[in-house]
Amino acid sequence: MISPSQLDVDRDKGDFHYDTDYAFDAGIGLSEDVVRYISEVKKEDPWMLDFRLKALSTFEKKPMPTHWATDDLKNINFDVIRYYLSKGQQPSRTWDEVPDDIKNTFERLGIPEQERKFLAGVEAQFDSEAAYSNMKEDLAKEGVIFVGSTEGLKEHPEIFRKWFGKVIPTSDNKFSALNSAVFSGGSFIYIPPGVKLAQPLQAYFRINAENFGQFERTLIIADEGSEVMYMEGCTAPKFETSTLHSAVVELVALKGAKIQYVTVQNWSNNVFNLVTKRAIAEEEAEVRWIDCNIGSRLTMKYPGVILKGRKARGEVVSIALANDGQHQDTGAKMVHAADETTSNVVSKSISIGDGRSSYRGLVQMPGHLKGCKNNTECDALLINNKSQTDTYPAITVQGDANSVQHEASVSKVSAEQIFYMKQRGLGEAEAMSLCVNGFVNDLIREFPMEYSVELKRLIDLEMEGSVG
Amino acid sequence: MNSLKIDNLQASIDDKSILRGLSLEIPKGEVHAIMGPNGSGKSTLAKVLSGHPDYEVTGGTATLDDDSLLGLEPDEISRLGLFLAFQYPMEVPGVSIANFIRAALNARLKEGEKIKAVEYYKDLYAHMDDLGMDRKFTSRSLNDGFSGGEKKRCEILQMSMLSPKYAILDETDSGLDIDALRVVSDGVNRMRNPERGILVITHYQRLLDYIVPDYVHVMSEGKIVRTGGKELALELEDRGYDWIKQEAVAS
Repeated sequence: MISPSQLDVDRDKGDFHYDTDYAFDAGIGLSEDVVRYISEVKKEDPWMLDFRLKALSTFEKKPMPTHWATDDLKNINFDVIRYYLSKGQQPSRTWDEVPDDIKNTFERLGIPEQERKFLAGVEAQFDSEAAYSNMKEDLAKEGVIFVGSTEGLKEHPEIFRKWFGKVIPTSDNKFSALNSAVFSGGSFIYIPPGVKLAQPLQAYFRINAENFGQFERTLIIADEGSEVMYMEGCTAPKFETSTLHSAVVELVALKGAKIQYVTVQNWSNNVFNLVTKRAIAEEEAEVRWIDCNIGSRLTMKYPGVILKGRKARGEVVSIALANDGQHQDTGAKMVHAADETTSNVVSKSISIGDGRSSYRGLVQMPGHLKGCKNNTECDALLINNKSQTDTYPAITVQGDANSVQHEASVSKVSAEQIFYMKQRGLGEAEAMSLCVNGFVNDLIREFPMEYSVELKRLIDLEMEGSVG
Repeated sequence: MNSLKIDNLQASIDDKSILRGLSLEIPKGEVHAIMGPNGSGKSTLAKVLSGHPDYEVTGGTATLDDDSLLGLEPDEISRLGLFLAFQYPMEVPGVSIANFIRAALNARLKEGEKIKAVEYYKDLYAHMDDLGMDRKFTSRSLNDGFSGGEKKRCEILQMSMLSPKYAILDETDSGLDIDALRVVSDGVNRMRNPERGILVITHYQRLLDYIVPDYVHVMSEGKIVRTGGKELALELEDRGYDWIKQEAVAS
């Protein structure tokens, strides 16, 4: 087990940055030239440039989704963002080869240490590109692929191209289109049939530059009967201006495969975090999204599973914590497309100060299917009188051979509860932390041990000074 | 000195005066009982001494040994050594009894000190055995879905684990059947010793058959109007509170 002091990642820990010289810089603002520049730097084939340019035009045509989402989206100024920054290096296989400023960044975040302790492989992305990417040797021998998206496209085009953009089409939403136009970095993973990874793979996404947009693209394919757990962590320094993080993550679980995708995001409060995540689960495959959203100015993220094969299972377990000035707009999408598919959504949100958390859930079960089940539980905890929460379930169930269950609750930490706990000698922040940890306790157990320790600490830190 | 001393205490809530010059001293080693009709301010006294934020102290003093309690935060008062067993213990979902008590003990440690898990559980189990509590209770959420009796036992468990200098038991008998009353009273009696002062607040004499007090005080209209030995409780049981109220008015 790892003690909390070893995993000393907290809200301020990510608040530093190094002045870095970038060899490749696409400049400020978004245009066709920027897209061509990125594609050229990456020496991509014409089909990919074509894909990007089409995506750019889709992005430009699509309106901001403010008819259902928050007006805060209008405050994103696409003209002042830098879309690509890199030193131009290939991802190193050893930390010694990583440039000092980047290496120091990840050292401070504790990544190399975690790799030694409990990971099967690590990819560390610094702004637009991976600076480090390595995996245990025996996994490579078994045919496991774990590289950055650029490398994946170049070295394994036959697998990459087959699935890329198939789970989440470019036109899915404005931000998936943006990502498709300017994406860089992210992971490409392939697990061969029957290979079961005993330890997780981890990616760490780090924003270092101001006014920067990070657009990683992750594609994970778990072939028949294979199993993999992937964990991602994210941080950025606190800049005066806002930063954009807009990822697209596609998962493919072929027959009988299992994918667990764990996210612990700890963004600083100026990050717009607008992410599209979706999986396809074939027959008897299982996909679990385990998601913890802390920090950011606005997070919009609704991990989904398309349950395409008979008896496929999908699950979303999520914790969101919205502090002062933050809006966590999260949820889940479960699209049942085969008989006897099951899905489970458990979402818990905590709103502190004037923080707001929203839950949006979509469940679809067409009438021709039978034996499908969905269970959704969403619970909200409000800490202060100004705290907000709202729930928008969209459940479409047809036919009478399927079942859906939806439960929602809202509770508030009461002054009398806090008085009771203080009477036993606990300080106010500590009492709050205990209440909040108690609220999410059952979900925290779903995270790997190393992350659950960190999560509890993050929650404690969020509670400090949040009282009143 | 070695007492919980309240002198001419006045307190109000929402500008409504509740405590109107209450004086009382509980030296270590003694058990005092406060009885009185509903609305006389008994529970308010417990809350004011514990630093409840809803009440405003408008006059008087309250000291624990030599430390003034007034104006302190509830957690500071707790750490000075005052424990309040609540009439209605709050439910805290998801926080196990074991973790909660451990956190409370931790809050009393100096920087760098640590609770040893093995010894902690040994101690906790011993106290639970005394109170006839199933060990499975340690992992249950604090008071969450507990019966009235379970809640009160859990209060006494916390009290014995925290080992306060002074303890106030606010209507601990309410909601208890006779068996639970006996177990809870035994728990309190085990804590009687020369180093601890105990104040029992109750509406009924019944509890005082089990926790026999050294002194009984009668409270009315926000002050102590009569003090006597344990036989005073029996007299109140017999005659009710009205005669005392009338005497208080007459004087």
